[in-house]
Amino acid sequence: MTFGGFFNDTRVRGLALQVLAFAGAVAFVAWIVVNTNTNLGRLGIGVDFGFLDDRAGFNIVQTPIPYDNNSTYFRAFLVGLVNTLMVSALGIVLATILGFLIGIGRLSTNWLLAKLCTVYVETIRNVPLLLQVVFWFEAVLVLLPRPQAGIVLPFGGNLNNRGLYLPAPVTEPGFLAVAIALVVAIALTIVLARWSRRRQAATGKTFPMWTVGAALVLGAPLLVFLVTGAPLAWQEPTLQRLNFTGGIVVIPELAALLVALTLYTAAFIAEVVRAGVLAVPRGQVEAAGALGLHRGLTMRKVVVPQALRVITPPLTNQYLNLIKNSSLAVAIGYPDLVGVFKNTVLNQTGRAIEVIGITMAVYLFISLVTAVAMNLFNARVALRER
Amino acid sequence: MKTAVVAAIIGVTAGLAAAAPASAATLDDVRARGYLQCGVHTGLFGFAEVDNNGEWAGFDVDYCRAIASAIFDDPTAVRFTPLSAAERFTALQSGAIDVLVRITTWTMTRDASLGLTFAGVNYYDGQGFLVPADAGFETAADLDGGTICVQTGTTTELNLADYFNSRGLTFTAIAVADRAEAISAFEAGRCDAFTADASNVYSARMTLATPANYEVLPEVISKEPLGPMVRIGDPQWLNIVRWTHYALLNAEELGVTQANVAEMLASPNPEIQRLLGQNGAAFGEMIGLTNDWAARIITQIGNYGEIFDRNLGAGSPLGIERGLNALWNAGGIQYGMPIR
Repeated sequence: MTFGGFFNDTRVRGLALQVLAFAGAVAFVAWIVVNTNTNLGRLGIGVDFGFLDDRAGFNIVQTPIPYDNNSTYFRAFLVGLVNTLMVSALGIVLATILGFLIGIGRLSTNWLLAKLCTVYVETIRNVPLLLQVVFWFEAVLVLLPRPQAGIVLPFGGNLNNRGLYLPAPVTEPGFLAVAIALVVAIALTIVLARWSRRRQAATGKTFPMWTVGAALVLGAPLLVFLVTGAPLAWQEPTLQRLNFTGGIVVIPELAALLVALTLYTAAFIAEVVRAGVLAVPRGQVEAAGALGLHRGLTMRKVVVPQALRVITPPLTNQYLNLIKNSSLAVAIGYPDLVGVFKNTVLNQTGRAIEVIGITMAVYLFISLVTAVAMNLFNARVALRER
Repeated sequence: MKTAVVAAIIGVTAGLAAAAPASAATLDDVRARGYLQCGVHTGLFGFAEVDNNGEWAGFDVDYCRAIASAIFDDPTAVRFTPLSAAERFTALQSGAIDVLVRITTWTMTRDASLGLTFAGVNYYDGQGFLVPADAGFETAADLDGGTICVQTGTTTELNLADYFNSRGLTFTAIAVADRAEAISAFEAGRCDAFTADASNVYSARMTLATPANYEVLPEVISKEPLGPMVRIGDPQWLNIVRWTHYALLNAEELGVTQANVAEMLASPNPEIQRLLGQNGAAFGEMIGLTNDWAARIITQIGNYGEIFDRNLGAGSPLGIERGLNALWNAGGIQYGMPIR
């Protein structure tokens, strides 16, 4: 084989191009690493994560895990992380529910409902999310009164521009029995559900599983709760000179961010759901009708399982977007990972490379875990060909 | 084939690694480039802001222009890089800017751990509080139990926590990254007070719908010496920035102003002669500049007092008192080291 012939071979050329591309990528990364190290070394500052054990010294407005200004930077990082996870998880649940409702609504035969849902989707998804976050934050603050003139809610709650204050449950001895009752009831329900499914498969007899299950899960703990003499006290928020103390507080930043993320992502999820339902061939519905299944059963047993196959992959994208978009919290002062760690900690320590590196790695990790979980779910709902 | 690829990788990597940025002599880089790269605030009225004519203006901006005047005799030979609090040190470390003049507090951590150093204190500041005038707050301690809006990524958050903790007081901090949004949240009633360096607080008050409804508490709770920063390892460049500051102070002390600097060139006072490089005084050459370096600064920009009045003091809507920033012989602590 001549030298020219060697390079005329498609496989060799393809391989050569791949090797070149790989070499280019390696060289680029090596250049960044070497350049960074050279310059940091020249200034006498190396990459060092020791600062994470230093005292943070600043306060954070929302601390789901114990934290005060004597805690370490690592603790501050954890607070930011938990706040990010919290708003993301709440946002995913709420956006999914709202998105499904709106998506189904757009397919409704009710003209008004379908058009309203269309207007919602087209308005919300075409306005930048950052503007919506700021809009809801300003709206929340403008609408709500000062703490001294707060809106009094039943059971000692209060709504004002410092947040939604609710009474906090304080457990007393004996509450453990209630928790145990709940666990037992859930376990029983699962066993009962298995039995009912097997019986239906064998005999065709149905069992009112939903009613019985709900009665069990709600009723059993309630009964124990009453028998043990209601071992739960409520700590009501009380107005001090400037603000309420005690109780549970939902800060306006969380509310605004959650509303913005939910509404925005729900618009996209609605489209995903609509596409998924429309992807189920009409013949399937007609066949179910011919078999005598009523509308609800057709939806539950025929349309939804097939639609889910189409919905799940793009739904994963929307979840990942929501998690990443939660970093817009920084604009309104919700103490998420970016606000606490990438802003405050970075500025106080000046450790740009370490802090940015950790922050990016954490978002990557959360997103990958979410993607893996959704892929597992997707594998479950995928069409199994036999 | 394989050895050729490996050789190519090594060659490319080595070539790129050798292309290190910013050499040690910053002055040579600046001269070769033809302009100074100066890092400033993204927009803080009085310190650094783009004015109605699209020109950068402010106290920190005038310091950049003073340095450019000393080098090029041209106050416009500056490119301004607006930087957020979080970006500023990285920009200087990486060589993207030559000098950082961005209301940066001189602290031990920043001096010792960033590979950067402070060239002086161009503004003695302290952390203050902006509160609604009708809320009845007399001192910062009255904010006990209150909610306080603060811009993230500053020493401000630490001072706030230290002040309240050491007095056994409690507070809730709402830390917002964007300064405008922090002020907006305060104006909307989210917080009882907005806190920042006093200079920043005065500036914030000007941006509110009705500034008269708000007041700045008389108390400051921290020492905030603000100054320009340079990279360590270049003593000549450090001297240029440091002595530009001292030249501005000495000019004010000696009564040399933008208006009279031309007459002052003929002054018989030996201190003025040394400052302006007259009668054989060759101080500019010691720091790599020309001997009329200080005369250029005063001609183009004015002295320290003129810069202060124009941007922050009596000649500006902010109307901030000189206070600590008055000269040492006028009740303040600004003290220009002697040029001799």
